[in-house]
Amino acid sequence: MTSDRSKLGFYLLLAPLLLWLVLLIILPHIGLFFVSISEKVGVRQYETGLGNYAVFFNEPLYWRTFARTAIMSISTTALTLILGFPIAYYIAKMTRGRTKTTLFLMCLIPFWVSELVRTFGWMILLRETGIVSNALQYLGLTAGPVEFLYNDAAIMVGLVYTSILFMIVPLVTTLDSLDDSMIEAGYDLGGTGVSILREIIIPHAMPGIVSGCIVVFMLSLGNYLTPILLGGKDSLWFTGLIYTQFITRFNWELGSAFGFLLLALSSGIVFVGLKLSRQTLSETMGR
Amino acid sequence: MIPTVPQSGVLKWSYRAYVTLFFVYLALPLSVVCAFAFNDSVFPSLPWEGFTLDWFFGDEAPFIGVFHERSILRSIGTSAFVAVWVAGMAVSVGTCNAFLFVRHSFRGQGFLYILMLLPLIIPGVILGISILVFSSSVANTLEDATGLWFDGLRPGLILVILGQFSFITTFATLVISARLQKFDQSLEEAALNLGATKWGAVRQVTLPFLLPAILGAGVVSVLMSFENFNTTLMLVGSDSPLTITMFDKLKHGSTPVLNAVSLLLIVCSALLGLMSLLFQGRGSKG
Repeated sequence: MTSDRSKLGFYLLLAPLLLWLVLLIILPHIGLFFVSISEKVGVRQYETGLGNYAVFFNEPLYWRTFARTAIMSISTTALTLILGFPIAYYIAKMTRGRTKTTLFLMCLIPFWVSELVRTFGWMILLRETGIVSNALQYLGLTAGPVEFLYNDAAIMVGLVYTSILFMIVPLVTTLDSLDDSMIEAGYDLGGTGVSILREIIIPHAMPGIVSGCIVVFMLSLGNYLTPILLGGKDSLWFTGLIYTQFITRFNWELGSAFGFLLLALSSGIVFVGLKLSRQTLSETMGR
Repeated sequence: MIPTVPQSGVLKWSYRAYVTLFFVYLALPLSVVCAFAFNDSVFPSLPWEGFTLDWFFGDEAPFIGVFHERSILRSIGTSAFVAVWVAGMAVSVGTCNAFLFVRHSFRGQGFLYILMLLPLIIPGVILGISILVFSSSVANTLEDATGLWFDGLRPGLILVILGQFSFITTFATLVISARLQKFDQSLEEAALNLGATKWGAVRQVTLPFLLPAILGAGVVSVLMSFENFNTTLMLVGSDSPLTITMFDKLKHGSTPVLNAVSLLLIVCSALLGLMSLLFQGRGSKG
């Protein structure tokens, strides 16, 4: 049934997709790569070479920040999983009907609000003149004001807060599909709470765990607001370095190289995560 | 642990306590932001100096409220302008993509589908810089070749709109495709049998069926565009959207006028979010 007219319709549908992907995704990234392998040798004169990547590996500040960003993102992901799993399980298995919808909505609402507002809330809570410091003084636990902002713990609190929903939603979805009778059968056969968790619940929730972890890791790695605002001027987050190279130093070549390294790390982790769990990108993201 | 299997009381209550604590953790930052919008002090921090509405309606320095603060009003306008464009474009392209992926099968479809999902896994900052680098090099080439100026390709609102569009379209496509997959194609065939043209059947039968998903995707796009920071930061020119203006004010320390803006944002985004759920809820019943 391939008439000329339906062929025309097909190409008309294909055109916007190709325009979008080629002009805004593919070509810009190819361009980014070419800028990252060009070195400035004079005014508007460039040479091809890996000099920008060499700068990255020779300057400890750069690669240490890179490693630090990666490690903190991994810890954020682990922490989010540990904190989020019981909540997702509670919503999926311990509640029914209206309570379930309400709890789920209560999880969603903070995430419709801008990340900036959420981070601002943590600044008000944690700063020296903030709520937590005042509460501790009021309770007599500390003598003077305490500064909770501008350290790594503050960054972690903010990152976990910002990304926990993206862990909870996929977990609730997969746990919802686990039949209660499987867990009952586990108990009937003499399983303990721990063994049922390990042998029935976690294997069943694996797809949700993987997609949650991937999304949370990427969001933390690419985050800019939370580390900069909660970690202060010296927080050293890799996206902050990219911003500095691009906007403050105007060194686009080095900035592009940094961008490409971040992209490589992020895609690498996604790839490994998918391979380890034997899933595909369309299953995980396309839902 | 499920309700039908008896558990010890201690375990059950400590579990409940943890869940309660978690929801306190979720609500705390937003509640303090809202509360301090009403504090009669020039700093958004303790001590509490009394209740005031000056941060909304005040017009005397230093108590200049949201509705009299020029820079904030202007950036809200900018954000709204960007959001309308992004949502319009993302929903139109998303609808086309949905028809392409659901109704057609062609060579390279799987590959294109993966490509379409890629913007989800590219960090926003990278999307921003890649579009910045690309558009600048195009602008340089064109300017060298023609001697004219191409300001639209320099950091500014057009690039912000394109940057946000580049990843929000993926979400729009996914939402609309999910709905189109549920469509019973025999309805469209019935319309064709009754003498409708191909386009007429799509317009009068399929599009009305898709409407809840299209509206839902539109609302979600507006929300995402309003909130976006990472991509926008790299592409912004002299007109800054709300998140960028607020970020600048926040870095330099600000009056509780920021709390007032945040309160308004929280209310609006909660309403918009609920609206998008309503659209999708109605969609799944229909």
